[in-house]
Amino acid sequence: MSVDSATFTPTKTASSERPPLRERFSTFLPQLVLAPSLAATFVYVFVFGAWTVWISLSNSGDLPDYSFAGFHNYAELWVNLRWRIAYTNLFVFSSLYVIGTMVIGLTLAILIDQRIRAEALFRTIYLYPLAISFIVTGTVWRWLFSPTTGIESWMHQLGWASFKFDWLVQREMAIYTVVLTGIWQASGFVMALFLAGLRSVDPDLIKAAQIDGASMPRIYRRIILPAIGPIFIAVAVVLLQFAIKTFELVLAMTQGGPGISTTLPALYVYDLMFQRGQLALGAAGAMMILVALALILVPYTIWTNLRQRREARGG
Amino acid sequence: MADAATYDPLRTAGTWGRRAKIIVYALLTLFALVYLLPFTIVVLNSFRDLGDISRNGLIGLPHSFSLDYWIQAWSTFCVGGTCEGIQPFFYNSVAMVIPATIISTAIGAINGYVLSKWRFPGSEVLFGIMTLGVFMPGQMVLLPWAQVLGFLGLTNSIPGLVLIHCVQGLSFTTLFCRNYYVNIPDDLIKAARIDGAGFWRIFRKVVLPLSPPIIIVTVIWQFTNIWNEFLFAFIFSSGTHQPITVALVALSGGGTAVHQYNVESAAVLIGALPPLLIYLFGGRYFLRGLTQGALK
Repeated sequence: MSVDSATFTPTKTASSERPPLRERFSTFLPQLVLAPSLAATFVYVFVFGAWTVWISLSNSGDLPDYSFAGFHNYAELWVNLRWRIAYTNLFVFSSLYVIGTMVIGLTLAILIDQRIRAEALFRTIYLYPLAISFIVTGTVWRWLFSPTTGIESWMHQLGWASFKFDWLVQREMAIYTVVLTGIWQASGFVMALFLAGLRSVDPDLIKAAQIDGASMPRIYRRIILPAIGPIFIAVAVVLLQFAIKTFELVLAMTQGGPGISTTLPALYVYDLMFQRGQLALGAAGAMMILVALALILVPYTIWTNLRQRREARGG
Repeated sequence: MADAATYDPLRTAGTWGRRAKIIVYALLTLFALVYLLPFTIVVLNSFRDLGDISRNGLIGLPHSFSLDYWIQAWSTFCVGGTCEGIQPFFYNSVAMVIPATIISTAIGAINGYVLSKWRFPGSEVLFGIMTLGVFMPGQMVLLPWAQVLGFLGLTNSIPGLVLIHCVQGLSFTTLFCRNYYVNIPDDLIKAARIDGAGFWRIFRKVVLPLSPPIIIVTVIWQFTNIWNEFLFAFIFSSGTHQPITVALVALSGGGTAVHQYNVESAAVLIGALPPLLIYLFGGRYFLRGLTQGALK
């Protein structure tokens, strides 16, 4: 309707203020093009998110039931033994995984940064686990950790009959096999991030320190590593996210076992939703995963923004 | 690498330097062996007969060689009731990953173009909203997806998984492309506009010709992630509709049956091969995607 009034506007000035339909359409074209994706993302993030929140506050059993139950499910989750095992495991797993991956990643980066030959070859070797799915990684490492097929039986073959390495089937130790596999998988990636950082340090600073007679370890400790401080935090944040979302690695390696000893939150949430038909409880668990991610990402985002603003003002 | 640091910490340090260099190479080689060991073992086992494996162990030098296990893994091995090998599941993955990668990359490129070169009031906020999808944990959307797929009649189907990966991937592809297009000088766009080119024409004639690097990064990122994705595939597909990651679990996780490690090794390698080849041939772009995807 407004289109017609635009075409029939009596005065010239008015018509020049309101461009013809085609042109007005084309001024909104960018917004129109963006709209479907925006709608899809909005639904995905906010509608789906709110939906899961609602389920977590409902009486849902194995079918959605949208009657309000309050925070009952959260209370039930936090007294649940398996959930307690799951988040205790997450603390153990994520701290060892993050520290281990960063130590090995940084070591590799520093070694590679020594102007070595065949750098590209070494980098390719350290990074290939990143291209392989957790399912493949987990399956292969399960074979290697299994006492009947893996490293233990290999040592027996080699004649070391008393050798024992059966962490995979020990309740207390199985989680550490998942940690080791996780470190194996991610440390090449962390190496690449650190290496990029090391190479961005101003070479003049290093040369000056060398002229002053500082030893290489000292230069690393005093100049290079402090200069790439922010990268440590970024890497830790990335790895913590990986750790919180860890699901199929455990599924492929231990399926949460022996017993329930290697259950992680993401695995238990799946189990509640799709194996036990406790949708509301599962949704509450999913919310806790989101909260854990937010606890890491929100402060990190604020910190990065503050730092950028400070740098912008300083420079 | 020309602009990399020009200091040479070890060569300047004399004999101590030479010894240090040997230690550096020794450590690097040791780590390389640890990284290569699992892969090597699986490759070797995929050619060994079962007797050899049980006599000499899964980790051991091969005493037999045959290509049969690859053929069995591909076309005759039994996975979850059907005995057509890993082949149908491989094709499922192909049928899922190709449309999902193309669609999400194409839409991401256009979104990135709008959000960098056709900014309007509020477009930065909308960009922020679009990137939120990157951080959404899968568990938060599982139940809604189950309902939506049921409603659309896409439960347990490849198109259903394509839809999921397109929606989920949009955030990444938009983020990648927008951050790349921001660096295209606005003057180029302005000049084209003065010449009378419109929205699509500028995209086709100015932006797309500058896009190959970011398109390659995005395609590699999407392809690898969708191919390797497990959670959604595991929950929203079953039986003959499973992508290969899910079939591999069914195949090698099978409880009581005697493990045929040679065939399983071959199957695992077939599942790992497409992203691995992409990594080997497009390593530079692979890494760039990885750093951007993880850090932004």
